[in-house]
Amino acid sequence: MTEFTLFRHTPGIDPTLHIWGWEIPVYLFLGGLVAGLMILAGARLLIMRPHERQAMVCCTIGPLAGLALLSLGMLALFLDLSHKLYVWRLYLIFEPTSPMSWGSWILLLVYPALLANALTHLPETIPALAKRAPMLVTISDYILARPRLVVAIGLANITLGIALGIYTGILLGTLGARPLWSSAVLGPLFLFSGLSTAAALLHGILVFTTPDAERPEFADFLLSLLARWSQARPLDTRIAPTLAQADNSFLTIELALLGLLLIGHLSSTAVHQQAAWLLLTGPYAAVFWIGVIGLGILLPLFLQHLELQHRIRHTLAPSLLVLTGGLVLRFVLVNAGQASHWAAMLN
Amino acid sequence: MSRYIMVIDTKRCVGCMDCVVACKTENHVPEGFTRDWITETVHGRFPTTNLEIRTERCNHCANPPCVHCCPTGASHVHARGGVVLVTPEKCIGCKACLAACPYDARFVHPKGYADKCTFCIHRVENGLDPACVSVCPTRCMHFGDADDPQSGVSRLLAARPHHPLLPEAGTQPRIYYLT
Repeated sequence: MTEFTLFRHTPGIDPTLHIWGWEIPVYLFLGGLVAGLMILAGARLLIMRPHERQAMVCCTIGPLAGLALLSLGMLALFLDLSHKLYVWRLYLIFEPTSPMSWGSWILLLVYPALLANALTHLPETIPALAKRAPMLVTISDYILARPRLVVAIGLANITLGIALGIYTGILLGTLGARPLWSSAVLGPLFLFSGLSTAAALLHGILVFTTPDAERPEFADFLLSLLARWSQARPLDTRIAPTLAQADNSFLTIELALLGLLLIGHLSSTAVHQQAAWLLLTGPYAAVFWIGVIGLGILLPLFLQHLELQHRIRHTLAPSLLVLTGGLVLRFVLVNAGQASHWAAMLN
Repeated sequence: MSRYIMVIDTKRCVGCMDCVVACKTENHVPEGFTRDWITETVHGRFPTTNLEIRTERCNHCANPPCVHCCPTGASHVHARGGVVLVTPEKCIGCKACLAACPYDARFVHPKGYADKCTFCIHRVENGLDPACVSVCPTRCMHFGDADDPQSGVSRLLAARPHHPLLPEAGTQPRIYYLT
């Protein structure tokens, strides 16, 4: 028997769960999503043929959404800082042992790469914007006239996307004081979760904007306004099955990586085993099994399988489930990770 | 080179918390926060139980995860004695160091930066003991240079059985508890 008494009673320190609130899971989710968008956009840019240029959902809408989502994520990250006025200090130094330092420099490179990818085909996707700002056409023509530059932009997006996606996992994985996070699997797990959410977002955009889709009246009205303003042609939906297929592959890999994470912990030290049980049967089990595994991975896998078999039509449901599952995964892992602790060995 | 360590005699500590009060007074620790605290553990089954009272704080680890994860270099190892310190003007308040510390020794100061025990380096540089050590009524706390074989702490470690906290976390803590 061991009795453990701690005379601290300091709300600033205890419970330790309060180190990071909602801001960090939201940032990790959006960071992963943007990483996935970059990889898909970069890959699409590399393999696109001239006659396919209507399939702009990956190459223009993806990077544009990425820019907006990354800015939202950065805002969440900024809100989490408790010494906000000193944020510029991040860019006075590079600390090679700090994943957060790597991340801050990677984020600085991500913006121009996303912007370059978006600008490559922007005039074709949103003609009205090109008419108002002819410079966009000049930039697009300049890039498209140089195939090597297009390849460089595509490769930069893929490389930075992988770095960003893995970094969001490594950020937690290097904090060895929290046993649940202490795993190299977190990097690839967050990368593939990011890829699955990105494919789901693009698939969702395609399904939602299809002319014959069933939508609420206000959404129809807003879309018609947007189409009139942008003078854009409807998005090419031929890529929808490819995105659903890719999403299913990413979800399968994500499921396997989650299994590896748990197996790794269960075959490790007592504190790591305790950390794994937090998810398997502990206070986070209900959200983990229902929110992440059931609704976030297995159900969309099944629905998208039926869509690909042409048994049901493509709907928004799998996309919404995958996106929600990705967000819940970050919340569960960040909160359960903070609840797992080496101090369990002291008592 | 010096390597400051703290040696705490758990046979003498009565958990009076004078060290906690001295630290709060010396370092103007804000209300509701603390840089050091008392822990009591009772092992065994009655009547063969073993009580250990410990005064705990930042372990000024030789392999400090809080320093490794700091993105701005605010958390650093001081040249004198290898003490782990935080420069408030460099800290952005990202809280990575709080998450990285297996001892939960850090907190966010109301002004926004990460804060923790400094081994009272401002006193040590003037030839004084840390405030907690200097006020201990049972003289259970000892501070000194582990690289000096003649120092009090070196002789205590050579003479008495001792243990650090959570050595399995791999941080090489530098506070030792005599048992």
